Amino acid sequence: MAEAVQNARAARGPVRPRGGGHGPDTVRRSRGALLWALPPVALLALFFLYPLALVVRQSFRPDSGGTSLQPYADVFASEAFRHALWTTVWLAGASTAGCLALGFALALVIAFVPFPGAKAVARFIDVYLSFPSFLITLALLFIYGTTGIVGSFQFLTTPWGVLLAEVTYFTPFVMRPLLAAFSQLDTAQLEAASSLGARAPRIVRQVILPEALPALAAGGSLVLVLCLNEFGIVLFTGAKGVTTLPMLVYGKAILESDYPGACVVAVVNVLISVGLYGLYRVVSRRAGA
Amino acid sequence: MGIRFDSVTVAYDGNVVLDSLDLTVGPGEVMALLGPSGSGKTTALRAVAGFVRPASGRVLLGGRDVTDLPPYRRGIGMVVQQYALFPHLRVDDNVAFGLKARRSPKVSRSGIRQRVAEALEMTGMAAYARRHPRELSGGQQQRVAIARALAIRPDVLLLDEPLSALDAQLRSGMLAELARLHRELPDVSMLYVTHDQVEALTLADRIAVMDKARLQACGTPRELYRAPANEFTASFVGNANLLPVTVGAGGVGFAGTELKVDTADAVAGARATLCVRPHLVGLGEGPNRLAGVVREIQWRGATHRLYVEVDGHAVMADVRELKDPPRHGDPVSLHFAPDDAVLLPAGMSHG
Repeated sequence: MAEAVQNARAARGPVRPRGGGHGPDTVRRSRGALLWALPPVALLALFFLYPLALVVRQSFRPDSGGTSLQPYADVFASEAFRHALWTTVWLAGASTAGCLALGFALALVIAFVPFPGAKAVARFIDVYLSFPSFLITLALLFIYGTTGIVGSFQFLTTPWGVLLAEVTYFTPFVMRPLLAAFSQLDTAQLEAASSLGARAPRIVRQVILPEALPALAAGGSLVLVLCLNEFGIVLFTGAKGVTTLPMLVYGKAILESDYPGACVVAVVNVLISVGLYGLYRVVSRRAGA
Repeated sequence: MGIRFDSVTVAYDGNVVLDSLDLTVGPGEVMALLGPSGSGKTTALRAVAGFVRPASGRVLLGGRDVTDLPPYRRGIGMVVQQYALFPHLRVDDNVAFGLKARRSPKVSRSGIRQRVAEALEMTGMAAYARRHPRELSGGQQQRVAIARALAIRPDVLLLDEPLSALDAQLRSGMLAELARLHRELPDVSMLYVTHDQVEALTLADRIAVMDKARLQACGTPRELYRAPANEFTASFVGNANLLPVTVGAGGVGFAGTELKVDTADAVAGARATLCVRPHLVGLGEGPNRLAGVVREIQWRGATHRLYVEVDGHAVMADVRELKDPPRHGDPVSLHFAPDDAVLLPAGMSHG
């Protein structure tokens, strides 16, 4: 208790004299801060918010002219859109689940099973993150594609092929935060658990996993959002039956020249991403992470 | 259940950190492993726990060779400096962890609850059962860690610097607590790793002094304090004046003065080290008088510590608080009783 009180005092300590300073000083300082904040905000608005606003505006302007909700009604009514929406969501969800499971298992091995080259593998993951996503798909095509090394597998052009490629590519995005979390983990806890009679599976389940939850949530939400917006992988698998929202945007805008329709799909895509991110923030705050 | 080290050697990458340790801890005995950092004391403890594999030698628990057993099959309680509580589990779940992990069919769910309550009662933490570790102070967390280790009713308890993270006042309180726990659990052998001589002297039945990966001395606190075997032991168990002397007939020569001490079987003319505890050195005239100049004086409340320079050697004297202490630079006389000094072989120092 005494410790906590002291800490609180220490934290408050330096604030007090500043708080005692009078109005004009504070006002000047906040005005200065505003001035500094202006350029980045302006740049952000110019290069990010303005194009986004254009897209949103376009989505309310049907080709027939005027401003109406007609593009939304048209898009929502189309079977292609509903199908793409469903494909996008389940592919992203399944990919995320796969990445979390695979990433957790691999990170466990790299962090806790001493083998020569574990450090090199961990470093390779950093490099892997910088690879373009289609590279993996291309590699998969070489191995399993119609003229592949292993032989011709039709599944690559199905949603399962996209799933495989996305899990392969995005797993390191989960492993990175996990490895960081594992390196923070107190090995004394693992030792305490094992001297108390716990074997490896129990230690993973009851000691490591609870500590890794925030990292899993961070990696998982990142992968979920990236998968929702993934374009390169879907395009490169050349899967005919697999149309995701970004593919639909591409199709409508470039191939059909249906700009309002494309913008509607894009807006939906953005809303899903932002919504999931908001959900993640709420959940992670509840969890106290 | 006793612990036995049978010439246990531990090496990391060819670097020997524990050199053929032979040591036996009797059933119900408290053995302190005392030494500076890097002396191999923690490695010895980890070899018992099963976290390090000896390069050679055997570790035996109650006569059973456990050298090749994984930690989870050794049934040992362990308490470490940083508590190592599971942060996401409440206090009672932390304490129950070991009982659940063993899933012994003999202990039912209500049995677990009862044992958890018992362990928390024993460490005085029963009122905090539903708290999270982060809501507890350091001393309370360490009590929970002890309760967690005791809940599985181990025959051997390993304590690795358990009080080092606590402040001085808490430490002496916890020391008394540990002594009480040992009285309540007389069958539990304890291996207590520390670098603090006070903890070792207070708590241990016997102390094993370690330095440079080797066992330097082993004995009861009284033996080690009264008659240390070498300079390292003398300086690490309690404070010591270590004076370079030459053995004469019926005494030793130091700084041109003849001192009467028991020379035992030392050869006359040999070089040796005379060990005198500072609190056994008196101020003023007396037997074995040494004349010197005060170089430093520290008031410690109940005592004064004088650093007196005698012919270029600093001699420490702890004397009862002085009404009129000498000043810096004053000439003073020191003395000590002949049987308060111990003659040690020279050249054993590692300092």
